[in-house]
Amino acid sequence: MTRQEIEQNVTDFLIDDLEIDSDAITADAKLKDDLGIDSLDFVDIVVIVEKRFGFKIKPEEMAGVVTYSDFCDYIEKKLS
Amino acid sequence: MKRRVVVTGMGIWSCLGKNIDEVEASLRAGRSGIGLDSERLEYGYQSGLTGIVERPVLKGILDRRSRIGLSEEAEFAYMATRQALEQAKIDDSYLDNNEIGVIFGNDSSAKPVVEAANIMAEKHDSALLGSGLIFQSMNSTVNMNLSTIFRFKGVNFTISAACASGSHSIGLGYMMIKQGLQDMVVAGGAQEVNYYSMATFDALNAFSRRMDQPALASRPFDADRDGLIPSGGAAALVLEEYEHAKARGAVILGEIAGYGFSSNGGGISSASDEGSVIAMQRALDDAGVTADDIDYINAHATSTPQGDLFEAKALQRLFGGRHALVSSTKSMTGHECWMAGASEMVYTLIMMNRGFAAPNINLDNPIEEVRTLNMVTATTEADIKTALSNSFGFGGTNSALIVKKTE
Repeated sequence: MTRQEIEQNVTDFLIDDLEIDSDAITADAKLKDDLGIDSLDFVDIVVIVEKRFGFKIKPEEMAGVVTYSDFCDYIEKKLS
Repeated sequence: MKRRVVVTGMGIWSCLGKNIDEVEASLRAGRSGIGLDSERLEYGYQSGLTGIVERPVLKGILDRRSRIGLSEEAEFAYMATRQALEQAKIDDSYLDNNEIGVIFGNDSSAKPVVEAANIMAEKHDSALLGSGLIFQSMNSTVNMNLSTIFRFKGVNFTISAACASGSHSIGLGYMMIKQGLQDMVVAGGAQEVNYYSMATFDALNAFSRRMDQPALASRPFDADRDGLIPSGGAAALVLEEYEHAKARGAVILGEIAGYGFSSNGGGISSASDEGSVIAMQRALDDAGVTADDIDYINAHATSTPQGDLFEAKALQRLFGGRHALVSSTKSMTGHECWMAGASEMVYTLIMMNRGFAAPNINLDNPIEEVRTLNMVTATTEADIKTALSNSFGFGGTNSALIVKKTE
């Protein structure tokens, strides 16, 4: 999966599954503060990522993930 | 001073309609809401009969976080509660600045439990269950979701009392207000209709097998009845202290004047005329009325051989030869189980406010025990001033409510 495909996939589920306003989704958008993703949403993101990308997020690996871009980096690294 | 409890709003989502007007039309027409669900037969039910209840579309009405915690019955309850609050003229500002309680009857939430078990069996990893199933799977799913969505700040709990859950929820809400603990309580009942929810009940051979004639299958008090038909949806009522309602100019739909309860004291699925009589008499005494004052009785009768027989005996003991009109709206709705006591209070209030008594359809060959009762076999114009609504459930739980028209 290319970086572009990862970003498209993440953007799609943020809009379709988490119903986040597409205008708010930028590379620097903070998942929690800008996109409003809370701890319960992260529980759902684990399920969504497992379905879409085929791996299970480990919470301890998410410690440094703050922005949309960080999150795509994390997925890219896990898939490589 | 004695505190009186009135109804200032009501909402309904059932197989008879998705609002008060649709349900009134069905009640007047004697229209059955029962159909055959072939999925139930494929799943392994002995009877595929069920009330046909549409699922509400909530996307665009509620945000995602509010929606994903809603079980099927909580979705129904949300729609009914919205209607009830709107009729009671309770808007967002009122909700934010006042204390309102919520007591709902609910006694199962099977679908999310089965779905979670299926995911666990496949994945063996609870991290893959997501965040919504826990809030859907508890019996208190209706209360926890409604209190969150509507920002209710008063009493907040669920009544689980089998098929009397909805009736007891109104009884408890009534008592809370009467005793001065609350001024306003949303009371109701909710019942899931998915095919996971009723297999265990079907196991008891309790459901009608008249699958070739769904509209004729529910026939309370008829000699040819062969079982109940499960159904569902939700009903909600805004209960309010009388002076409180008057002070804010609310329209009063009726007064909850009495609540009676009892337990049969034996037999997990046995009916009892004695237990029913005790609950009804307690409700009459609480309301300060006698059997002669009752104009209409919404019977519990579900179309089962034993249940109907014992309720008929109980009604005969208290109301035989008196003027009360009697019908079981379950002849049209099927058995709305955990919701039934609340929905049947809504049906009764519709009749009271709109001047008619709904029929006990399919009563072609009444059993001997109802011959001294005034069974309503066709829609009858009637001025119902005082009515009784019965609900009975497994474990011998009985509930009876008296509602009066307020002049």
